Amino acid sequence: MKNIKILAALLIIPFLAYNCSDDDDMKYEMKWPDLSGTYVQEDQMGRPAVNTVFVSAASKDMFNVTIPSMQNASFQSMFQTNLEALSPAYANAGDKNALGLDAAAFTGVLATDVLNVSLDGTTTFYDGTNVLTGRNLSDDVITVELLLIFGGEDFSENPGLSDDNVDANDKAFLASFPYLASPW
Amino acid sequence: MRKLRTVLGLGVLAVASYFVVAADHIDAPEVQGGSSDITDFYAFQGEDTNNMVFVANVQGLLSPANTASASFDESVMIEFNIDSDNDFVEDYVIQAIPKNGKMYVIGPKMPTQTGLNSMVVASDIENAAVTNITPYGANALIGSKNGVSVFAGPRDDPFFMDFARYVQIVTPGDDDGDGMEEGAFLPDGMASDTFAGTNVMSVVVEVPKSTIGGSGTINTWVESKRKQ
Repeated sequence: MKNIKILAALLIIPFLAYNCSDDDDMKYEMKWPDLSGTYVQEDQMGRPAVNTVFVSAASKDMFNVTIPSMQNASFQSMFQTNLEALSPAYANAGDKNALGLDAAAFTGVLATDVLNVSLDGTTTFYDGTNVLTGRNLSDDVITVELLLIFGGEDFSENPGLSDDNVDANDKAFLASFPYLASPW
Repeated sequence: MRKLRTVLGLGVLAVASYFVVAADHIDAPEVQGGSSDITDFYAFQGEDTNNMVFVANVQGLLSPANTASASFDESVMIEFNIDSDNDFVEDYVIQAIPKNGKMYVIGPKMPTQTGLNSMVVASDIENAAVTNITPYGANALIGSKNGVSVFAGPRDDPFFMDFARYVQIVTPGDDDGDGMEEGAFLPDGMASDTFAGTNVMSVVVEVPKSTIGGSGTINTWVESKRKQ
């Protein structure tokens, strides 16, 4: 009898151990789907409208799969050519935008398509005081970009091209998470 | 002005073939209109100023009628990249992956490798913040873990622009029937938001600033990556 108990125990222990382990696997499977694998890049974005405006049609896919640390070397001269075509004043020597950047310097910033964000305070694309410290939902980023492209040194040039006169979203944003308005 | 028009006109021939292009909506042939097409990216301080909020929108220009049937592609990861030492290489990543009606958000964490390929191992999910994807018409469902909050689901497209007028300006000739080429945006009151009344699929992640470097300036960008 004693032997049988021991034998039974010996049989049961691995069974329990196996069962236990199996149960864990099952729980793991039920609780966590398998997301493992290699994910390969298709699209990327930092600042709004950069690929759309500054990258030539044939290069748009390539821009989306060029890592930011390589974008300046690969795309700055294309950006400058396209900027000077869009806003010919930039081709004049010494011409700058309101940030004090000439065509080479401005496109040098833009070609590396990342959003600069402050961890220490106000986050905004441009609020009249802070420049490129983030991007809020309510920021009128297109008008800011039109001003920097067409507005000249003091935002006074090409007034008809430097503001689309749509200054706000069609639905109010939320003060709390998730911040975006509910869908239409 | 003439030169501007001519050059812009050449650009529009390409633009027009994408139908509509804006913040990053339908920005390039490979991704246009697909499940990995990023439409917009935002990063801003949270209601709790100790936190930073990242927003990625995909699948733009959803009409209300088409929004209920829209869904995230389970083979597409949305990855927020954060560079904290100004070398334009990511030091932290936040990886959002949809599966079976939920959105799993891994990180912020240091990536196992940087660049175009991202590796996910099975155990990465154990510390993921998880939320049920909010169905169309339902109140926002929010998941949280370790101070990370997550939302995923349809939202109003927060982007706004008179894109229709922009197209008229850069398209040579009279497009609005008044006998003249369009040389400027419309004035206040006449200008209209081309994206009004349209929805996107949104991923919103709020994280403690302490998990992405704490202070200073970061460079950040968002990527869509497809599982192989």
